[in-house]
Amino acid sequence: MHSITLVVNGVVREATVPARTLLSDCLRHHLGLTGTHVGCEHGVCGCCTVLLDGEPVRSCLTLAVTADGHEITTVEGLAGPDGEMSPVQRGFNECHGLQCGFCTPGFLCTATALLRDNPDPTDEEIVEGVAGNLCRCTGYQNILKAVRRAGELIREEA
Amino acid sequence: MTTKLFGEPVQRREDPRLLTGQGRYLDDLGQTALAAAFVRSPHAHARIKDIDVSGALAVEGLVAIYTWEDLPGRAGQPLPLLIPHPALTHGRTAYPLAKDIVRHVGEPVVMVVARDRYLAEDACALITVEYEFLKPVVGVEEALRSGTLVHEDVPGNVGAHLVQEVPSADGRGAAEAIEAAPHTLSFRLDIERSASMPLEGRGVYARWDADDRSLRVYTSTQSSTSVRMAVAATLGIPLPKVEVIAPDVGGGFGVKIMHPWPEEILVPWAAITLGREVKWAEDRREHFIASAHERAQVQHVNVGFDDQGRILGLDVTILHDHGAYTPYGIIVPIITSTQLLGPYRVGAYRVEFSSIYTNTVIVTPYRGAGRPQGVFCMERTMDRIARHLGLDRADVRAANFIQPDQFPYDQGLIFQDGRPLIYDSGDYPETLRMLKELIGWDSFPERRAEAARQGRRLGIGLGCYVEGTGVGPYEGGHVQVTSDGRVHVSTGLTSQGQGHETVFAQIAATELGVPLERVSVVTGDTRRFGYAVGTFASRAAVMSGNAIALACRKVKEKALRIAADALEADPRDLSITDGVIHVTGDSRAAIPLATVAVLSNPLRYAFDEESRRATQFAGATPPDRPPVAEGDEPGLEGRDYYSPIRATFASGMHAAIVETDPDTAEVKILRYAVVHDCGKMINPLIVEGQIHGGVAQGVGGALYERMVYDEHGQLLNASFMDFLMPYATEVPHIETAHLETPSPLNPLGIKGAGEAGVIPVSAVIASAIEDAEGFPIDRMPLSPSELFDLRADHGA
Ligand code: FES
Ligand code: FES
Repeated sequence: MHSITLVVNGVVREATVPARTLLSDCLRHHLGLTGTHVGCEHGVCGCCTVLLDGEPVRSCLTLAVTADGHEITTVEGLAGPDGEMSPVQRGFNECHGLQCGFCTPGFLCTATALLRDNPDPTDEEIVEGVAGNLCRCTGYQNILKAVRRAGELIREEA
Repeated sequence: MTTKLFGEPVQRREDPRLLTGQGRYLDDLGQTALAAAFVRSPHAHARIKDIDVSGALAVEGLVAIYTWEDLPGRAGQPLPLLIPHPALTHGRTAYPLAKDIVRHVGEPVVMVVARDRYLAEDACALITVEYEFLKPVVGVEEALRSGTLVHEDVPGNVGAHLVQEVPSADGRGAAEAIEAAPHTLSFRLDIERSASMPLEGRGVYARWDADDRSLRVYTSTQSSTSVRMAVAATLGIPLPKVEVIAPDVGGGFGVKIMHPWPEEILVPWAAITLGREVKWAEDRREHFIASAHERAQVQHVNVGFDDQGRILGLDVTILHDHGAYTPYGIIVPIITSTQLLGPYRVGAYRVEFSSIYTNTVIVTPYRGAGRPQGVFCMERTMDRIARHLGLDRADVRAANFIQPDQFPYDQGLIFQDGRPLIYDSGDYPETLRMLKELIGWDSFPERRAEAARQGRRLGIGLGCYVEGTGVGPYEGGHVQVTSDGRVHVSTGLTSQGQGHETVFAQIAATELGVPLERVSVVTGDTRRFGYAVGTFASRAAVMSGNAIALACRKVKEKALRIAADALEADPRDLSITDGVIHVTGDSRAAIPLATVAVLSNPLRYAFDEESRRATQFAGATPPDRPPVAEGDEPGLEGRDYYSPIRATFASGMHAAIVETDPDTAEVKILRYAVVHDCGKMINPLIVEGQIHGGVAQGVGGALYERMVYDEHGQLLNASFMDFLMPYATEVPHIETAHLETPSPLNPLGIKGAGEAGVIPVSAVIASAIEDAEGFPIDRMPLSPSELFDLRADHGA
């Protein structure tokens, strides 16, 4: 068993986990943050994407112990302190960028990092930016629109 | 503010929850439950000689290990055959845990329950099952040829055989009509397996309350009411003591309409047996090898036609691969064989299918449910006819269309609901006109020539379909207005991302004249509504939508009656706007719906200020009448059901322009256009979303997705690394246009849109590739390497 300390969504969290525990399972089952979803457990679908020190990572391919001492943002941490949805979340809401919502947390985290680094991406950059995440419901068209819209919102609010 | 919300592109009400991580999917529940895991057969066909669990007993945190021998009574019997059919003469279903013989890789053999999933899997790995290998049967033609049987008592591996024949107007059979036709063609088509592949797998979580002797089951299902009946019957628990709830479900696309899965029986049984909460969440490999697939068929087509390309006779023989068991009956090949005719009237039609056992994962509906195969067959036929006659492909289709004045149109067949296949409405010539305009059909030759000058190879294709949607038997809706003025809507069918919380609220808000924010919708929870069929066949909007509208009308009628009494007005002079009932033309004579809800329930005891109005000394009812009139009920609520005489028929046509790489044979979709008619749209935003998602799955089926079984029955690509589903980079931008021919069959005039997007895509892409390449495309999916080989075969 290993005691680890993570800063999750700005809050210091401690957990005691076996060495083999995946970060996704640690977040979901040890810390109760079930917003991060697991669609394949083998690093392909992107559902489990979280931000580790600001960078998107697949939490199903990350051992919880390797995240010890690091900062993690999950979908639960994207909204503002007052609960107002982030521009990326609002973009998805406005553009019907989700159906079942299972892939959505991964897309939101991915798009958050994408737009932070490049608030005015071209259409190709958006496609490229989300091309590592699978969605079985939306056919992506409204996801791309949502990311575009989120960029607009970020620029308007900057 | 307007309360006419039907037809508006309202933003979804489920989104804020799902966007902030507040959704509750199956594996988000029961954080302290024990975890189940399964030892599954690694062999496609084998006899179980011995199961040795001793190695697993030392695993820390192990709670229980179960094999078939542990299962009592009906739990140890084969699972139900859900949809019996007289032609399914040799239906076979699996045991919840394998008894003696395993018939596909992935079949559950041992169930392990432990403190957490990691430990349960540790125990699974230490259990040894000794098998005697039997020869596996893979592929329908092999199944018919080989002497090996999947089930010893099913001769020839044929589970079902069904022939339907509709003679021509002059009484000729298909064979005769084809024989007599000026032109004939015969060919074969091959369709591979794919699968629904929702991003959330299956999962079950059960709690047994030993004091109350009641069971609550959460399951990621498309039919909670039916799972409830199956669990109650199998485990011998009185129905009122079983609750089944579909929580947020991460996609279904058909695979979750299949039920009860072995796990849906085993997990509740273990929870009862152990007196502990037990949960199982499927992992991705399990989903590949232990849920269900669809699509695989071999089709043989004979067609006779005249000089205009009008079909005089069509004879199709289908070999349908249904895998190792037939729990869902033969719905898929029935749909293929009936929906094959699409928007066309053909002279004489004969269709014959054999549904065949193989040692592979079971086959149950995947979005489209047999229609993509039928449309592939018909549309490939249309293209071949056009090619043979040197006619425009769109013109050949138009020559065969059922005309707008021919509805209702009886195809003369029996559909999947056991009722005649009679189309309710549609306008196929107009749909085709819109499609040609949208894609630029007539100007394409110039575009192609222009591209050719740059050394690029382009092709255009189209495909048409008719989809029987909204099949019965029924759905129901319950609507209750509470004394705070809120409207609570429930229906028994389930949701997997279709936005039911939004569209059903739109219907209720429109019918009752209340603001959308005041309406809440619950689906798939047997505590709220016990009678339902399920979510499949693009039926939710048609069935529950109409049932909820009818229930709202009952509520409204009662509300107006009570308000009329209170306002001393004629109910016919009353209307509801923004949750307030008022006398038309007199803004002062008004009463809020909330107050009417209070008055609807005569009280002895007040529970708040507002409710005092309904108490016995408040004079709410005249003393010479009973407080609740005869035939009336307390409360402002209503329940109603919608049970249609037969299905509605949505339709649509798609077209695509593709570019094929002359060297690598890669296929790129340059444009994709959809014209779609689902009757009245409740929410165009959601309809478009359904179409986009369907087309994306169609593109997967047309170009990428296939289940690759080797001759030993091993699924070689059981992961997202090898089973290729489209990412954003593979799906073209989809251009849509809508036509709305209301269904005359239901009060709202709607038809359903869930599957439409996926149905014709393989046919359309094949049509476009064929146009680009100049030789016939006879299979789906088509990979670059296959196209490359086809070029070599055709010397192209
Ligand atoms: S669950 Fe991590 S990538 Fe699929
Ligand atoms: S919204 Fe369902 S998988 Fe993306």
